[in-house]
Amino acid sequence: MSWEVVIGLEIHAQLTTNTKIFSGSSIAYGAQPNTQACSIDLGMPGMLPVLNEAVIGKSIRLALALNAEIGKKSVFERKNYFYPDLPKGYQTSQLQYPIVGKGTLEIEVDGVKKIIGVTRAHLEEDAGKSVHGILPGMSGIDLNRAGTPLLEIVSEPDMRSAKEAVAYARKMHELVQYLGICDGNMQEGSFRVDSNVSVRRPGAPLGTRTELKNINSFRFIEKAIEFEIARQIEVLESGGKIVQETRLYDADNDVTRSMRSKEEANDYRYFPCPDLLPVVITDEDIEAVRAQMPELPDAKRARYVAEFGLSDYDAGVLTGSRELAEYFEAVLAATGGKDAKVCANWIMSDLSGALNRAGLSISQSPISAQHLAGMIARIQDNTISGKLAKQVFDAMWSGEGSADDIIASKGLKQITDSGAIEALVEEVLANNPAQVEAYKAGQEKMLGYFVGQIMKASGGQANPGQVNQILKAKLGG
Amino acid sequence: MHNLTIKQMSEKLHAGEITSVQLTQHYLDRIAKYDGELNAYVTVTPELAMEMAKQADERLQNGTAELLTGIPVAHKDIFCTDGVKTSCSSKMLDNFIAPYDAHVVTQLKKVGMPILGKTNMDEFAMGSSSESSYYGPTRNPWDHQAVPGGSSGGAAAVIAAGLAPMATGTDTGGSIRQPAAFCGITGIKPTYGTVSRFGIVAYASSFDQAGPMTRSAEEAAWLLNAMAGFDERDSTSLQRDGADYAAELNQPLNGLKVGVPAEYFGEGLDPQVEKVVRDAIAEIQKQGAEIVEVSLPNKDLAVPSYYVLAPAEASSNLSRFDGVRFGHRCEKPKDLQDLYTRSRAEGFGAEVKRRIMVGAYALSAGFYDAYYLKAQKLRRMVRDDFTRAFEQCDVIMGPVAPTPAFNIGEKTDDPTSMYLADLYTIPVNLAGLPGLSVPAGFVNNRPVGLHIVGPYFSEAKLLNIAHQYQQATDWHKQMPAQYQ
Repeated sequence: MSWEVVIGLEIHAQLTTNTKIFSGSSIAYGAQPNTQACSIDLGMPGMLPVLNEAVIGKSIRLALALNAEIGKKSVFERKNYFYPDLPKGYQTSQLQYPIVGKGTLEIEVDGVKKIIGVTRAHLEEDAGKSVHGILPGMSGIDLNRAGTPLLEIVSEPDMRSAKEAVAYARKMHELVQYLGICDGNMQEGSFRVDSNVSVRRPGAPLGTRTELKNINSFRFIEKAIEFEIARQIEVLESGGKIVQETRLYDADNDVTRSMRSKEEANDYRYFPCPDLLPVVITDEDIEAVRAQMPELPDAKRARYVAEFGLSDYDAGVLTGSRELAEYFEAVLAATGGKDAKVCANWIMSDLSGALNRAGLSISQSPISAQHLAGMIARIQDNTISGKLAKQVFDAMWSGEGSADDIIASKGLKQITDSGAIEALVEEVLANNPAQVEAYKAGQEKMLGYFVGQIMKASGGQANPGQVNQILKAKLGG
Repeated sequence: MHNLTIKQMSEKLHAGEITSVQLTQHYLDRIAKYDGELNAYVTVTPELAMEMAKQADERLQNGTAELLTGIPVAHKDIFCTDGVKTSCSSKMLDNFIAPYDAHVVTQLKKVGMPILGKTNMDEFAMGSSSESSYYGPTRNPWDHQAVPGGSSGGAAAVIAAGLAPMATGTDTGGSIRQPAAFCGITGIKPTYGTVSRFGIVAYASSFDQAGPMTRSAEEAAWLLNAMAGFDERDSTSLQRDGADYAAELNQPLNGLKVGVPAEYFGEGLDPQVEKVVRDAIAEIQKQGAEIVEVSLPNKDLAVPSYYVLAPAEASSNLSRFDGVRFGHRCEKPKDLQDLYTRSRAEGFGAEVKRRIMVGAYALSAGFYDAYYLKAQKLRRMVRDDFTRAFEQCDVIMGPVAPTPAFNIGEKTDDPTSMYLADLYTIPVNLAGLPGLSVPAGFVNNRPVGLHIVGPYFSEAKLLNIAHQYQQATDWHKQMPAQYQ
């Protein structure tokens, strides 16, 4: 008898605000411990929270993108528990009335589309962190992260495989970045995925789940879930029971390990936070956000295919991130919007290759969209050949200026004077009588040899089309 | 000098007849002389006071002084005061020097009121007698055997004994009005949201409200003007632009409809206190007010509702006192659990622990609906009682407390009887309404207060009614003989 896998995800997306959700402290990553924690973040006596209103618009954005219900009156509640990195002894969160209600997200796995339910998304403050192993015999507390705004996005248990779970996580990751509400940096913890995994016999009630936490790459999420599914099936098939617990993934050994048992359920004693008023969202607020909504990835992909004639594959690659899509659209616009395929090819092959080798993201590209467009324009008007363009590209990468500057300074302008090309052709044919004989005897591959020689003689600058045309005329005549 | 009214002090300061330095020194001398027996101050701040007095004198000379510039003030030890110990009368915060000012402290510093010190109170404002202070009980200046009321008992005592001309207090369930009544002074709890809670150590956030404690209603209006105002740092702070709480002083009481609820004169009310209160209402009537009978049928639900909701909020508000970042930390903790358990067990007194436990219980899984949610419903019923009553009257009058000040130690072993000391004041906090206590007479040489409650934002009206009453009476001018 087979097993059915049931997975639901809880994603913590750190919102891209300048300051914390309830104080004016910066949330910039990587500062010295406790340099970005004010009296409010420290939970000092008499300090009060004031909501950073930037989080409201960002939450509405997500709601609109997920076609979700919007909590017209959402309420902050206190989740009470003691922990050294939780300064107030409670986390301000939302429970009964979240800002984002039921919605959906469509994923695609191996060409099959599936709708995944989103249960809710609620606003909350992050905790600080405990630092071990720096102070001898003591643990340190760094409260820089305390009060960082999070949107916790909770899915329905709708996913039936590790692949589906990762497809959902990737889609959400792409979406929040498109929406400009989260920078998606998984290494810095800006986008954290917790997976609830269980297995059951088809048609049976839900099995006991375990939660996989703190996994900072999609690849490891997939491997961790795969391992956990296999482990649970093995336990159940050998007559054992699954314990509800949190498990951590050990990437070095590709296993999950128990972190803490949830058997003794915590009582968080939630109640509405009396220091904060309910967040009231009007229809006008929603319409104002709707008017500012960026084009979402699915719509953008469809438009690239329909409007620019790109393949599904190319459209998928170019819309892989909002920054890449914006780069592509900037190049295309600057080249007059004529040849999307050429622009796409340069970005997807040469530029992406160079960025990958250098470990840079598109927003860090040494070649601006304007410069790349300038080069493509010179190909389109035959100033340079595709081959010369590679040289121009390399020079632009090294920061030598625009394509026009480089063509001028390096003398890379293409030779298009047919008289000059004719002279080169005649010279090469005169110097290679044996090869001419061979060609005439039927060895047509000699044509390529001649083109190579002619291009070499021109220092690579002869227009290849004209070379071919004149060469064929000479040989034929 | 301590027998002058604030108006007289201000006139003399502005005329250059006295200086703020002289005035402040006079009060510091009186504190040195009398506070040993009263224990009304937790901390006296002579250096800060004299420095501020000098600055106030400069303003008085260069013409930038306001009405209250140079008049010293005492802050309840619940208001964080930059560089000064802010203990909330708890061992937990005995070592806590606040690194910032509460909004109220900032406001009064701007006016130029020298800070004499921080007044004693019930620990974390939880109590009705100021006996739960870590620093020991404050004594009532009228009778050292009696409590001064609470939790702002220190503040009430310093005004009654002339150890400060003006004081600040906070009122969560009656903590300004009840000690004002017990000590024969005037105190008003404004509409919730009128005075910013920023920098006030939180007890029960949805009830806590600060207000002035003074000899007269006129003086309370002036101090409230200085304390109140919108503060963006408190999300529950109200925009009351241009509000002037002294604006209605000197309005005649003709046609005023005074509601007298039968429920406020029922079982448990000391007959002598009732007589004092009824006489006071008769005086108001004599000035042209009309008496109407109103009903607050859910009055008896208020105390049970309050003693679920306030402890629930307190149990969460006091979680931050965990021995990790500030406040009391136990010696040599074995591990984290030990650090939490012993720091809190040692740092908090019995009443605070009792309320934390009651509150945590009311919020816990399985009990939340039966206690917390139910108490919220009762809170709405109590508030609706007032809404209906104010359809028939402008203000409501009754006793502040069922008895005059009780004896020190009389109720410390019986928390429930202590809680009932606030049965008339608590409903006002549940509804968030303004309420005022004005001295109305004595029973056995212990003062009794008249309670005046109005609709939201009616502070100016309440203060005028009290002021008119004080034009015809002199209860508020009386001082205990040994402190005159």
